[in-house]
Amino acid sequence: MTVFALIIINKAGGLIYNRTFHEGGLNKISTNDYLVLAGTFHGVHAITTRLNPVKNAPGDRTSTPSSVPGAANIVNRPEPSSGLEVLESENFRLQCFNTMTGTKFLLFTDTTQANVDVTIRRVYEMYSDYVMKNPFYQLEMPIRCDMFDRKLLSYIREINNR
Amino acid sequence: MGASGKTGSKEPGLRYPANGKTIFHRPLNRSKTSELSQASFAYLFSEMVSYAQKRVTGIQDLEKRLNLQGHPIGLKLLDLLLIREPVRSQARPLNIIALLHFIKGNLWTHLFGRQADRLEKSSNPETPDEYMIIDNEPLVNAYVSVPKEMSQLNCAAFVAGIVEGVCDGAAFPARVTAHTVGGKEEGEMWPGKTVFLVKFQPEVLEREALIGDRKS
Repeated sequence: MTVFALIIINKAGGLIYNRTFHEGGLNKISTNDYLVLAGTFHGVHAITTRLNPVKNAPGDRTSTPSSVPGAANIVNRPEPSSGLEVLESENFRLQCFNTMTGTKFLLFTDTTQANVDVTIRRVYEMYSDYVMKNPFYQLEMPIRCDMFDRKLLSYIREINNR
Repeated sequence: MGASGKTGSKEPGLRYPANGKTIFHRPLNRSKTSELSQASFAYLFSEMVSYAQKRVTGIQDLEKRLNLQGHPIGLKLLDLLLIREPVRSQARPLNIIALLHFIKGNLWTHLFGRQADRLEKSSNPETPDEYMIIDNEPLVNAYVSVPKEMSQLNCAAFVAGIVEGVCDGAAFPARVTAHTVGGKEEGEMWPGKTVFLVKFQPEVLEREALIGDRKS
């Protein structure tokens, strides 16, 4: 069980973080290819959210009677579709976690890795702690935070050594 | 300073409750441990740093601004913490060691929920006016990663400002600065280790010497 790499994509489809944890898990590709990968994945993800039409639960549009004026026009908005979540090949598995604000976390693991969603949520937690609370981080820009690197590496190392 | 603390309920003016607990004795926050959310503090502090960063000319200037933000807090905390002490020990610290112990113990516990890690006196004989308060992982820096091009900056300059406020308020005028020492050979275990360098004004040492002479 190994976690190979992590990629973070901002809401515009730009690559803002890219780190490999395990040598030899994935072939090395150039930085430029990583940027293309991020952009392409972002596009594909956007399309997949449209592909899966939102199912309206019966009775969604028939608004419930309410005393609030104008409430009759409010349609219950269904959950947005999640889009592409997992992509699996013979040698690796890619899990995508899309945050409320559209930042995407892509975790490359080997195919037998369990509890990837737990791992990815923990990574998101670290991101919100050590990146978002850092006064020197500019939103949507590449992440260069020592503290985030350090905590992430030690967390992933712990998983890979398990 | 050094309010009499007598429950002078018969005197005109300010009246004290019978148990002597004024509003100064109670924290604003009524929760059991009267702690605050670290996340909200982290966001607030992050904004304070960003605010201080606007229109600064350099790192020294930025540290100066952070220091100034902390200074009034220190001045007020000195009064507040002393008034919360039992009446007998309400006098302000009268010598350097007592002052530094007050900062290491009371002030740190009030602000961060634990004592500072170490107190040291400068071993250099040329700078007998320098004392060091050492914190292995300052709370304010918990989520701060300083970019490489600003590596000299330590955002704990804000805490240094608080300490400076306490020293100034206690009539021990001093300059307090924060320095990162983690990452060097012995600081490996604590990458965020910070030294608060307290440099007292010459008159403080002069007075200290006088007091010492009289006692001996």
